Amino acid sequence: MRPPERVRSATAPGAGAPDRRIPPAIGPVPSLTVPPLERRRLSNGLELLIVPWRELPVVDLRLVVRTGAAVDPPVYAGRAGIVAEMLDEGTTERSALDFALEVEHLGGEFSMTAGWDATHLSLHVLRSRLEPALALLAEAVLRPTLPEPELRRVKGERRADLLRQLQEPRALAARGFIAAVYGPDHPYGTAASGTVESIARLGRDDVVDFYRSYYRPNHAFLVAAGDVRPEEFAPLVERVLGGWEPGPVPEAEPPARPANRPTRVHLVDKPGAAQSEFRLGHAGPPRTTPDYFPLIVLNTILGGAFTSRLNLALREERGYTYGAGSRFDFRRGPGPFSASSAVFTGVTADAVAVCLDEIRRIREEPVPEDELERARSYLALGLPRGLESTADIARVVAEIELFGLGDDYLERFVDHVLAVSAEEVGRVAREHLDPDAMAIVVVGDGDEVEAPLRELGIGPVEPLVVS
Amino acid sequence: MPIELPYETFTLPNGLQVIAHEDRSVPLVAVNLWYRVGSAHERPGRTGFAHLFEHLMFEGSAHVPAGEFDRLLEAVGGVNNGSTTPDWTNYYELVPANALELALWLESDRMGWLLPAITQEKLDTQRDVVKNERRQSYENRPYGLAYETLLAELYPPDHPYHWPVIGSMADLDAATLEDVHAFFRVHYAPNNASLVVAGAAAPDDVLRLVERYFGEIPAGPEPEPLSPPPAALDGERRRVLEDTVQLPRLYLAWHSPAYLEPGDAELDTAAAVLADGKASRLHRLLVYERRIAQSVQSFQQSGRFGSTFMIVVTGRPGSSLAELERLVRSELESVARSGVEQRELDRARNRIETAFFDELQSVADRADRLNLYAYYADDPGYVARDLERYRRLTPALMQRAVERHLLDSPGVVLSVIPHGRAELAAMEAA
Repeated sequence: MRPPERVRSATAPGAGAPDRRIPPAIGPVPSLTVPPLERRRLSNGLELLIVPWRELPVVDLRLVVRTGAAVDPPVYAGRAGIVAEMLDEGTTERSALDFALEVEHLGGEFSMTAGWDATHLSLHVLRSRLEPALALLAEAVLRPTLPEPELRRVKGERRADLLRQLQEPRALAARGFIAAVYGPDHPYGTAASGTVESIARLGRDDVVDFYRSYYRPNHAFLVAAGDVRPEEFAPLVERVLGGWEPGPVPEAEPPARPANRPTRVHLVDKPGAAQSEFRLGHAGPPRTTPDYFPLIVLNTILGGAFTSRLNLALREERGYTYGAGSRFDFRRGPGPFSASSAVFTGVTADAVAVCLDEIRRIREEPVPEDELERARSYLALGLPRGLESTADIARVVAEIELFGLGDDYLERFVDHVLAVSAEEVGRVAREHLDPDAMAIVVVGDGDEVEAPLRELGIGPVEPLVVS
Repeated sequence: MPIELPYETFTLPNGLQVIAHEDRSVPLVAVNLWYRVGSAHERPGRTGFAHLFEHLMFEGSAHVPAGEFDRLLEAVGGVNNGSTTPDWTNYYELVPANALELALWLESDRMGWLLPAITQEKLDTQRDVVKNERRQSYENRPYGLAYETLLAELYPPDHPYHWPVIGSMADLDAATLEDVHAFFRVHYAPNNASLVVAGAAAPDDVLRLVERYFGEIPAGPEPEPLSPPPAALDGERRRVLEDTVQLPRLYLAWHSPAYLEPGDAELDTAAAVLADGKASRLHRLLVYERRIAQSVQSFQQSGRFGSTFMIVVTGRPGSSLAELERLVRSELESVARSGVEQRELDRARNRIETAFFDELQSVADRADRLNLYAYYADDPGYVARDLERYRRLTPALMQRAVERHLLDSPGVVLSVIPHGRAELAAMEAA
C-alpha cells in the first residue's frame, strides 16, 4: 500500500542559472480561503460555532466557559484551574481512572485549562470516534462528582509542581514580574496556577461553588473544527448537552488598571547562576483596545519576531543571549506588556539598559518605512500559518467569540494590519509604553549583578522573594 | 483509515534528492532541506559543530548580506528555523506560496556559497549565542544535565552518540575558522542532502525552480559512512547528580533497536502502555494509587545506530527514588512475565494512531515527515508502512520485546536529587 510515486530524471545542470545577486521577484499574494464559520444555538442557550474543515479525519472540540482565573481573589489563586482539572476526576457514571481509560481508549486527548478570561475544555479525536468522545465531554461537564480524595491528590500534584517552578529561573522571573507590576491584592498579581499557600487553602466547597456558579450553558460556547457537518453535529450536541441547565451567573467586571509606579529593579537572588533571567514592563491595554492592530505591529518591530529590535540588539549584535523578545498579554482587563531575555551574568545591567533604550527609541524616532512594511507583511501574510490545523482553527474561533471580535474578523484582519502607519506606531508606543514606569525583575547572582544594576541609575534596586 | 502522502521525487545530476508533495488546502509552501550530518559525524574534541552550523547558516552567504536571510523571509510573511539531532540537521522555511522562489534562492545560496561569508567575527558572535543557549537550556535549567550524563554512561567515549548535540563549552571555544570550513566542505553538499517542497506548488514548477537554483552547485566528496559497532552495556550503571531541584527524579535508560528496526514499534507501544496517559500502568500506579510520583514519562530516543528506551519518574518532595525504581521494575516484570491485555494494547495503539494523523496536519510537518522517511527508510512514501508496524502488533510481540530489551538487559539508573539529599537516590540494584 504505497502512495503513487513517479521517478523522473532531471535536465542538464545549470539550465537557465539565475542572477544570484538579486532576490527573486515575489508573485502576487495568494488568497486565503478563511474557514467558513456556522452558528447554531441549543435550546438551553449554548452557542455552537462549527467550522467544517475536512482535510483529515479529525475533529477538535473546544468548550469555553466564559470565566477564568481573573475572578479568583489572590488568596484563592489557582481555583479556576483546579475546578477545570477536577472535571474528569470522577463522574456520576465513572471513577477518575475509568474515565481516563474510556477517553484514551478512543485515542482521544482531553485537556482542561483555565486562562485569565475563560476556561477551555478541549477534546481532540478522530472523526470515527466523535460521538462517544462527545458523550464523555458532556459527562465531565454536566455530571462531575468533584470527589474529595481526588481533590487531595490534584492539590498535592499542584503543590509539587509549584515547588518545582520555584527552582526554575523562567518561572521565578514570570511570577516576580507580575507581583511587581500588580501587587498582592490584584488578581493579575498572582499566577493563575496559584501559590503553595493558596492551593492549600482550597476546599471542596470552594470547588463546588465555583462549578455551580459559572458552569452554565448560557455562559459558555462550543467550537467544533474539522471533519464535521453542522446539520449532523448540532442534533448530536443537543442530545448530550441539551440537558445542561441554564442559570444566573455572577457578573464580574474586568480587573482594574493598577497605579503607575516609577521604574525600579527587583532582584531575585540566585547565587552562582550562570545567567540572569529578566522581565521588564508594566500593565498594558485590554484585548478590546481600539489600538490593537497598531500595537501588534509595534510589538513585531520591537520584540515579536526574529529580526525585531530586541533580538537583533541582544543576540545578533552582542551575542549576549540565545534570544530576546517582547509581548502584550492581551486580556479582558489590563494584561501586562513585557520584554524578556536570559543573558550571561556579566552583561546583565547592560542588557537591561539596551532594552530600555530600544523602548525609548521606538517612542521617539519614527519607524523607517521598510521596517514597518516588513512587520506589517510578517503579520498579515503570516495569517495562514496560524490556521493550518483543526486545533489552531478552534483556538482562533474561540478567541473571536470570547472577545466579540466579529465573525468577519479573519477576513478583515489583513486590511487592518496593512493600514497601520508609522505615525500610529509612534503614537501607541508613546501611549502604551513608559520606560519611566517599569517593573524590572532580574533573577540572577546578586553578588555579581546588584552593583552594576545600581550604577545604571534607572531606579532603586530592591530584593524580591517569590512565592 | 487509509493514510498517504503522495509525492514525486527526482534526483539532480549533482546528487540532490528532491521530493515534491502538492497540497492546496492552505496557500503555503514548506521548503525543508535535510543534510545527512548531525553530532554523530563530529569527532571528540570538536563536538557541537553540526549545531554551531545551524547558527552560522543564518548569518548570510555570498549573495545574501548578513541579516537579510531573516529580513527577506519575514517581509513576505514567512518563518524559518533549523534543528540538529545526532543523525541529521534540517533547515526549513514556511512561506506564502508566492515566495517559494525566494526560499529556494536563500536555501541554495547557503548550500553553494556559504564559506565566503563566514568571518571570524560571525563565528565568535554565534559561538557566544550557542554558549548562552547551552547555559539557558542545560546548565541553568533544573535537570538540564541529566540527558548528557545518560549518554556518556550509555555509550563509550569513541561512540558517535557519546556526546550531546550542543557540544561542550571547551570544544566550542576551541573551534577555529579552518575547522568550520573543513566541516562544511565535507558535509554540506547537494549529494549529502534531500529537499522537500510541500504545499501549494505543482511538482513541475518545483522541479524547474529547484534545478534553476540548485543545479549549478557542484557535488561534494562522498562523506565516509559511519559504522559504529552496536553499543551494549556489560553491566548496570548507576549515577547520582545533585541539582538545584525540589523534586527528585529517576531516569532509567536502556539500549533499544535502531529506528524502524524490528522491536522499535514494539517498544514505542510498550512506552505508551506504561506511561502515556492517565490510564497507563505507571501513571495509574505511581500517580493515582500510591501518590508518590508527580509525573511519569516513557519514550524512545530513536537513532540510526541504535535507540535509547527511557522511563522518567518525577517524585513528590521527599519521594525515595529507590522505592519508585522498585515499583517501576515490578511493573516491567509484570509486562514481561504476564503480558498485556488486548484492551491495553488497543488503548496505546489508538493514541499512537491519533498522534500519527495530528503530525500530518501542517505542510511543514508533512515536509519533515517525507524527509524523515527518505533518510531512515530510503523511501519518502513509507508513511502507510510505518503505521502498519503498529497496527500489526500483538500482546505477545510486545511482551517479548520488553523481556528481551528491558528486563534481561542492563541499563543506566540516574538519580537527580536536591543538594544534600543523598538518601533519596536509587543506589542499590532493586
